[in-house]
Amino acid sequence: MEKSLTLREFIITRLIQASGYSAILFVALIFFFLLREGLPTLAEVDASSLLSIRWYPIENYFGILPLITGSLIVTLGAALIAVPFGIGTAIYISEIAPRWMREILKPLVELLGGLPSVVLGFLGILVVSPFLRVFLDLPTGLTAFTGSLLLGGIAVPTVVSVAEDALDAVPRSYREGAWALGATHWQTIWRVTLPAARSGVLTAVMLGVGRAIGETMTVMMVTGNAPVMAVKLGSLFSPVRTMTATIAAEMGEVANGSTHYHVLFFIGMVLFLISFIVNIIASSVVFRAKKRAERILS
Amino acid sequence: MFARNRHTVQRLGFTAITMMAVFTVIPIVGTIIFILFKGGSAISWEFLSGFPHDGMRAGGILPAIIGTLYLTVGTAVFSVPLGIAAAIYLAEYASDNRLTRLIRLAIINLAGIPSVVYGLFGLGLFVLFLKFGTSILAASLTLSIMTLPVIISTAEESLRSVPQAFRTVSISLGATRWQTIRRIILKEALPGILTGVILGLERAAGETAPILFTGAAFFLPRLPGSPFDATMALPYHLFVISTQVPEMPIQIQYGTALVLLVFVLTMNIIATVIRSRARARRQW
Repeated sequence: MEKSLTLREFIITRLIQASGYSAILFVALIFFFLLREGLPTLAEVDASSLLSIRWYPIENYFGILPLITGSLIVTLGAALIAVPFGIGTAIYISEIAPRWMREILKPLVELLGGLPSVVLGFLGILVVSPFLRVFLDLPTGLTAFTGSLLLGGIAVPTVVSVAEDALDAVPRSYREGAWALGATHWQTIWRVTLPAARSGVLTAVMLGVGRAIGETMTVMMVTGNAPVMAVKLGSLFSPVRTMTATIAAEMGEVANGSTHYHVLFFIGMVLFLISFIVNIIASSVVFRAKKRAERILS
Repeated sequence: MFARNRHTVQRLGFTAITMMAVFTVIPIVGTIIFILFKGGSAISWEFLSGFPHDGMRAGGILPAIIGTLYLTVGTAVFSVPLGIAAAIYLAEYASDNRLTRLIRLAIINLAGIPSVVYGLFGLGLFVLFLKFGTSILAASLTLSIMTLPVIISTAEESLRSVPQAFRTVSISLGATRWQTIRRIILKEALPGILTGVILGLERAAGETAPILFTGAAFFLPRLPGSPFDATMALPYHLFVISTQVPEMPIQIQYGTALVLLVFVLTMNIIATVIRSRARARRQW
């Protein structure tokens, strides 16, 4: 009996260990399959064509620049909305709101994070875009700006929860020190708490941007899907098309193994690398900051 | 004079911050109330229990509801055991070395990968390479991997919040490590783990992009009969009827959005209630 117990314990421990390692396996598998299906692009399409400004797959124009600029402009707009509102809400929840208010606000923001993006896209089509078309007097309401507005809403919960954690982690003694020196509550937030939580807030911003750039359904439904270069400020108010939307809209209609299919995987690879870089930078910022804090406190 | 000045600044600042919070919250509440209000009149027994007909312009959305249930359960089958086991490894077994840091980095990355990229991956691995076809199985597996980071990180946090004394006492009474984890730690951490599982599955239930090319069907005349069949799903159905079907009655669109929203909100509220009740009852 002793023996079977040890054997069971051994097997279970190994299983648990394997599950722990599985995350690494999955990231590797995802990268491998994106490379496997995406890299043939480089053999099938020349670099000059790939980096051109025309995306028209039916006639073999695979310029991905309009898609990249489309993603960038929508994400930039989303960040301009999500960063101030996200950090503002995080400050309110963590520093200003009374306890009962905090108990209501936190689940509400979490709820926004859980709203399916397709529902936001649906409201974008039926409510937001007709409103913007009339309000801003545009030829169409399906623009990059519409996408930014909704994406901002999608990125806000990420920014709020990460930034709020960072503010929460600032030791109470910092605030008490500032109050003891005669600083107002506001001065304490602005000059002490926020700077002390700086790295966490930065992480929040990066993760929010990462969330926005990878969002698919909402942008596909509301940005008008026109693959044109978005390099002027005015492009914000005209239709664009993002990398994610292109994959989602076109993958269903291509033949497996065709050039178009490979290019779509190639775009997926680019998206994977962007999110990889954003996350590595974001987590190394946290890591460095933690080390510094440990040094100060020890 | 100076003192009054900085208090004015404070008042202005607080007002600005409060306004920002208000402007963040109002659209959330507004969206939910708006859809409840607009979709409510579409809800009928026939809508919930019937099949779509007339090119989806009439009838019900039963196959989409059932499909989303199947996908959610399918996702849970794979992601819950794997996610909890991985969390146990990180919280109870792993030491702080380079490999563990690599695992954490991998989890952070999984959490950040765009949902449509998961769809590509599922298409490449499950649909084509493993030849599962466009199926509930392929879609569930794809959604499981996407859900893992949420489950792992919340479960780990919950396991770590169990005080060290519980482990020490259990081991000193002669229990093995696994017995301690199974009988003591998991039991204490259960509400937190459950919250994470539900929030993860909530995300899976509402996702469209990962199932676009792995398991979602535009229209099916009958319910899927096996895990190897494709299925309709609520989020994909909402996408289809709001963008792909011309002259779609607006009632059915709002009704479908409402059903999806209620599905997701219910999971969210259950998770929130479990968490706050566990917090209130906690004695350590």
